Amino acid sequence: MSKYLVDKFLFTIDRDPDLVERYRADPRGTVAWWEAERANVILNCPEAERSTWLRFTDAEREALAAHDYVALFELGAHNFLLLTLFIALFERDYDEPLAFQREFAARLSHWTVPYPDIST
Amino acid sequence: MATVAAVIASTHHPFYYRASTSSGADRPPFADEWVAKIEAFRETLTRARADVLVMIGSDHFHQLWLDNMPQFLVGKAPYYDANYYNEEREFGLPRMFLPGDEDLSAYLLRQGMDAGFDLAFSNELRIDHSITCPLITLRPQADLPIVPVYTNIFAPPLPQPGRFVQLGQTIRRLVEAWPSDKRVAIIGTGHLSLELGGPRQFGPHGPDPEFDRKAVEWIASGNLASALAEVSLESLWLPGNATHGFMDFMLMMGVAGENAKADYVDSLDLFHTMEAYFTWYPAEGGDQA
Repeated sequence: MSKYLVDKFLFTIDRDPDLVERYRADPRGTVAWWEAERANVILNCPEAERSTWLRFTDAEREALAAHDYVALFELGAHNFLLLTLFIALFERDYDEPLAFQREFAARLSHWTVPYPDIST
Repeated sequence: MATVAAVIASTHHPFYYRASTSSGADRPPFADEWVAKIEAFRETLTRARADVLVMIGSDHFHQLWLDNMPQFLVGKAPYYDANYYNEEREFGLPRMFLPGDEDLSAYLLRQGMDAGFDLAFSNELRIDHSITCPLITLRPQADLPIVPVYTNIFAPPLPQPGRFVQLGQTIRRLVEAWPSDKRVAIIGTGHLSLELGGPRQFGPHGPDPEFDRKAVEWIASGNLASALAEVSLESLWLPGNATHGFMDFMLMMGVAGENAKADYVDSLDLFHTMEAYFTWYPAEGGDQA
């Protein structure tokens, strides 16, 4: 499990408008690039002083590459990061206000508490 | 000594700004009632004639991140820029620029640590909607200096609910002992039952109206004993997966004081979540309306 890294991906994409568009247009390529180039950058350190050990599990990498927010929820991705980024990615494709958010809820309707643990 | 001119607790709803400024077909049907309630609530701060605002909120993964996560943090800066690209994107929130009160920040940090809270601090803090939403509702001119206090209600492991209450009690005591003639309003925002990124999100009401009813009663009556007896880090998952924001309300109950009955209480049942607004006037010993 590398929930922290999944959250770091969601966090660093969500805060950058160019990366939001890049991840929307090319999810698989963006995930591969990000894991190779960005996953080990410590956000408050010079880029050379990076970590050496962070990588996704196969399930995490595939869920991110497939825009599969149900799988990401089930893997314990942070619910707020997940919702915020996926609204940015897909709300625009729906005519009615909040229609994407309601579909997101409906696709998780097989879940009751306790939900997957989001602790990192 | 400083005067605690008002203690104010409310929900923070990032959709208010857009709802209240929209017109025509874009204006949601509940906007007029919402604006009327907010304007009445705003009057409770205006009436207090505050000089400085202690603002309690929680960063939503904007500046504070999992590689270095403080539990309680006090901003100490002369100015604060506010709101982020993703809040502009999702909620239409405006960029803001807020003055700070460094003297009160320094005082709360020193005295807070000496009172048993090892507070983190930030000399360059960009504020997010947990603090700008209450400014937009309560003080839209955003002209009063602030001291931001951030709590972690977001990234487990979280402090216990009782710790939030104790921090609120400590902030109240420290502000009352601040050697200053200023009038201080202590304002904090949290949530009632709330679901974000889960199956119960964006329903016709908040995810747990029964929790909301009880919570409003606890806050309005200052019933800390019941709130502390019934609320735990584990229990807060049940009313909705973002309900740990209720601990900021518990912090404000600590500021207001045990069994302190709110002088002003209002609420609004909206889709997705219930809005709730509370004001206490400690300096006057009751409602000054």
